Amino acid sequence: MHAIWVISKREFNSFFDSLVSYIFIVVFLGIGGFFTWLFGSDIFLIGQATLQPFFSIAYFTLFFFIPALTMRMIAEEKRIGTIELLLTKAVSDWEVIIGKFLSCLTLIGIALLLTLPYYITIWVLGPVDHGSVWCGYLGMILMSMAYISIGLFASSITNNQIVSFLLALFIGVFFLIIFDVLSSNFTGTIGQILSFLSMSTHFDSISRGVIDSRDIIYFLSITGIGLILAQTSLSKRNIVE
Amino acid sequence: MSIVVNNLTKKFGTQRAVDNISFEVKTGEILGFLGPNGAGKTTTMKILTCYIAPSDGDAKINNLSILESQEEIKTKIGYLPENNPLYHDMPVLDYLKFVADLQGVPKNKIQDRIAEMVHVCGLNIEKHKRIGELSKGFRQRVGLAQAMIHDPEILILDEPTTGLDPNQIVEIRKLIKELGKQKTVILSTHILPEVEATCDRILIINKGKIVADGTSDMLRKRARGEEMLRIQIREFDNKDTVLTSLKNLDSIGIVEFVPDDPESFLVTSKENYSSRKNIFNLCVQKNWVLTEMTPIETKLEDIFRELTTN
Repeated sequence: MHAIWVISKREFNSFFDSLVSYIFIVVFLGIGGFFTWLFGSDIFLIGQATLQPFFSIAYFTLFFFIPALTMRMIAEEKRIGTIELLLTKAVSDWEVIIGKFLSCLTLIGIALLLTLPYYITIWVLGPVDHGSVWCGYLGMILMSMAYISIGLFASSITNNQIVSFLLALFIGVFFLIIFDVLSSNFTGTIGQILSFLSMSTHFDSISRGVIDSRDIIYFLSITGIGLILAQTSLSKRNIVE
Repeated sequence: MSIVVNNLTKKFGTQRAVDNISFEVKTGEILGFLGPNGAGKTTTMKILTCYIAPSDGDAKINNLSILESQEEIKTKIGYLPENNPLYHDMPVLDYLKFVADLQGVPKNKIQDRIAEMVHVCGLNIEKHKRIGELSKGFRQRVGLAQAMIHDPEILILDEPTTGLDPNQIVEIRKLIKELGKQKTVILSTHILPEVEATCDRILIINKGKIVADGTSDMLRKRARGEEMLRIQIREFDNKDTVLTSLKNLDSIGIVEFVPDDPESFLVTSKENYSSRKNIFNLCVQKNWVLTEMTPIETKLEDIFRELTTN
């Protein structure tokens, strides 16, 4: 357990050492703010005190930015060989994966925390459905967990950051759009399965303020599967044939 | 802490990087691992440090199997990997703290250990810089410091002195010798004099197999059983007479001239014989002046080449 904390602390510091975190936070808040307040179907256009515009844009920005955060986490360590250094210390493969996962989740948590002024401002502007806002944040965090685990898996199977980034986007885009589009083209069981696999189905229902165990299980299973795959691919080297 | 390796094999595809090797290292022994590139040195080290699993066989570190008790073994080993990978964006002190923390050094001892490692590895003037800004030699010192920070009972060092300046090499060798009194050390290197200077025992491997195992003296003896002497004789009449008289001695096998020096001869004794006394007596008898008699030692380089080529 101690190792998880040490690893995630180091990873977290390295985000802030290398400007990545600052760029991420500024762009995340910038894009989110722009579409929430200024452009498109913003707050003033729809004339409702709701954070819905922010959540629907963050839904896309996180999809795009999380692979950029996770792409180097394992791939870079494999490329320069520090993974050997790390894994020959008194840590298990799981501790490395979980440590990295938590550091990335913390960074996203901070970015989301910094959007609280949006929430407060809207609260001042009109009556807000607090439940749906908090559920929206919960949905964001659950969705981030799923994308981070996908990103970590993509990072663990290559030692090239670009490949890892593109692969994570490729896997992510299925959950983001492709399953959704396909589900509308199928009927019956296949259509239902595809619709269940689509992230928007689950995210929409959470961000409306409905916490359904199915949605939570959905996000947690993607996270779990992603992490298990990442761990498997990392410990592949260590299998006795 | 003893290391016992039993029939260890590692296959990469069809190639056998390590082929059924067995050896033992006792506590307080410094073992030098020699071999040409691609002989399987690094692979063996990676297996011993639980980074990769063997395809077959087992290794026991203090009776703990590398297949079962990986976590426990890892805390007892200090490892400097080949090419010394480091986090270049971290400052030296932060990095050492990170490693100490990871290896479970108690919180109140971390600062002491870091201070000691900074002192031992001569990092004091560079300790606040980022690792990426350091020269290769200093990075190597950081690599050594991180390997020793938790005071491990076993040290596995893959080419520990590459990139160091001559003074530092001497210091590091001295340090390794010092550590080797209580700890078990395995080190690999390409520098043959280094092995002679630091190691109690030498293991030469080639194409995944052990081809020699023993102290440097034992290896020399094995490589060339016969005694070889270079002698210089003055005040004789005829070169050929000397040659035949030497050849007539019982213990002598071959006598050769030395090309550049007309007064010197190369004498090889027959196996298990020593001819120093006989040569001396012969010279006294014939009234020749014996001005030089030097035993020619086989160089470790020659042994190495003999064992690892063909």
